[in-house]
Amino acid sequence: MNFQAVRSIYMFEMARMRRTLVQSIVAPVLSTSLYFVIFGAAIGSRITEIDGVSYGSFIVPGLIMLSILTESISNSSFAIYFPKFTGTIFEVMSAPVSFVEILLGYVGAAATKSIIIGTIILATASFFVDINIAHPLVMALFLVLTSVSFSLFGFILGIWADGWEKLTIVPILVIMPLTFLGGTFYSISMLPPTWQTISLFNPVVYLVSGFRWSFYENADVSVAASLGMTISFLVACLLIVRWIFKTGYKLRS
Amino acid sequence: MQPILDIRNLNKTYAGGFVALREVSLTIERGEILALLGPNGAGKTTLINIVCGIVSPTGGTVLVNGHDIIKEYRATRSIIGLVPQELPVETFETVWNTASFSRGLFGKASNPEHIEKVLRSLSLWDKKDARIIDLSGGMKRRVLIAKALAHEPELLFLDEPTAGVDVELRQDMWNVVRELRESGVTVILTTHYIEEAEQMADRVGVINHGEIILVQDKNSLMLELGKKQLFLCLNEPLGEIPPQLSQYGLELNANGSELVFTYDSQQERTGITSLLGELDNAGIAFHDLNTSQSSLEEIFVDLVHRPR
Repeated sequence: MNFQAVRSIYMFEMARMRRTLVQSIVAPVLSTSLYFVIFGAAIGSRITEIDGVSYGSFIVPGLIMLSILTESISNSSFAIYFPKFTGTIFEVMSAPVSFVEILLGYVGAAATKSIIIGTIILATASFFVDINIAHPLVMALFLVLTSVSFSLFGFILGIWADGWEKLTIVPILVIMPLTFLGGTFYSISMLPPTWQTISLFNPVVYLVSGFRWSFYENADVSVAASLGMTISFLVACLLIVRWIFKTGYKLRS
Repeated sequence: MQPILDIRNLNKTYAGGFVALREVSLTIERGEILALLGPNGAGKTTLINIVCGIVSPTGGTVLVNGHDIIKEYRATRSIIGLVPQELPVETFETVWNTASFSRGLFGKASNPEHIEKVLRSLSLWDKKDARIIDLSGGMKRRVLIAKALAHEPELLFLDEPTAGVDVELRQDMWNVVRELRESGVTVILTTHYIEEAEQMADRVGVINHGEIILVQDKNSLMLELGKKQLFLCLNEPLGEIPPQLSQYGLELNANGSELVFTYDSQQERTGITSLLGELDNAGIAFHDLNTSQSSLEEIFVDLVHRPR
């Protein structure tokens, strides 16, 4: 294992986060705070409780997931796409590193950033509403698994994209709708039966539900199903990345 | 002694069907400087990129220091440095950070003294904290060389390293290359400035249409393929070559006032003495003479324009 290379890529990416502190951390925290103001204060004043939890508190896990998903994807997709765009990827491709080491560096850094952002949002939320974390270890597990899985997904996206449009089209047209329709701001039990069934095909429902359970022990689907879906997504992304490096898809000619 | 680079029957056909390399075989000895010459699209960069692991070969084998570049990629890539033709740099990073990153990426532990030495040798030390975006094109080229040297490679590829850089920087770079060679580093360079290859290289390889046409010691190549010519400045211009001189294959230049004799300097009898005697007999007088050896550039142009 080339630990020096893993460390170099990881530290290089973390340094990028420090350089772009406003974009990396302040922007997601600000936008999440706005969600609290709009959904928590304005709309929350009209919805008293969901499953015995105040609406402001209810949306906290969903908002954290929303940020983690979007930040993981954008951080890791940009991290690998930008070197492709500028041509500096040649150095990584010519270095004595395996795909596992490249992943540990890039995806590790992107996931770390997401976890930091998630933690900051959680701390920010605590200024607005009362938060109770019933199962901190399960919460941490979902936080880490989701950050890593979607960082992997973003990595795949960054390799697949051959233009800025492609890089942004998936987060905007696929991830964002899935997240908003994934129970971030509501419980799917509030939906008509048909939409409840349709929602079960949305993977984000499982992430939000499992994460919310770790806070309030309320879930739209079982925790085991949530965990199973998250791990399945992680494994699927790993297999795709392995195939990418084995075939050199969009990396080696 | 095991060659540092041993390429056997290397082939590369790109997805679109373009054949970039055909049965290329090449052996590079440790510590030499090889200039790889060829016109645009000849296959130079493809060859370099395959050895470095950036492009996958279609067939053939490449051994670096006795290790296969695919099966033992860690062993091979860790001793290779590459300065690419383009200027791909981490725009927003500082010079120091980008060089340190390169060292770590190639598995070497942090060594600030070595990075400092490299930056100083490339006159980059006073720019170590500058962001790369703020540097000139020539400085960026130096940064790329610094990155390639950061992990102390044993085999260094310089793909058009002096393209677009000023004369002073070119001299600096070649001084660095000379020092590297003295320290035992093997250098393979491609360049369009053939006079540089003529100055720097121990051996010259010529590649065209994906095939290695020739690999030879530079001096013997110039002796073997280079023409030597004798120029005689005549007192009176000639309208045509006199019939008694036809056996010498002479040419007339400058409106008949210069006589050119091409000869093989390696022959025991070059024909110069008898030509001068014949000129005297024919009453053709000259007031000046000089000789010239054809340059590597002329040899190169001649080689690549030969029918395939």
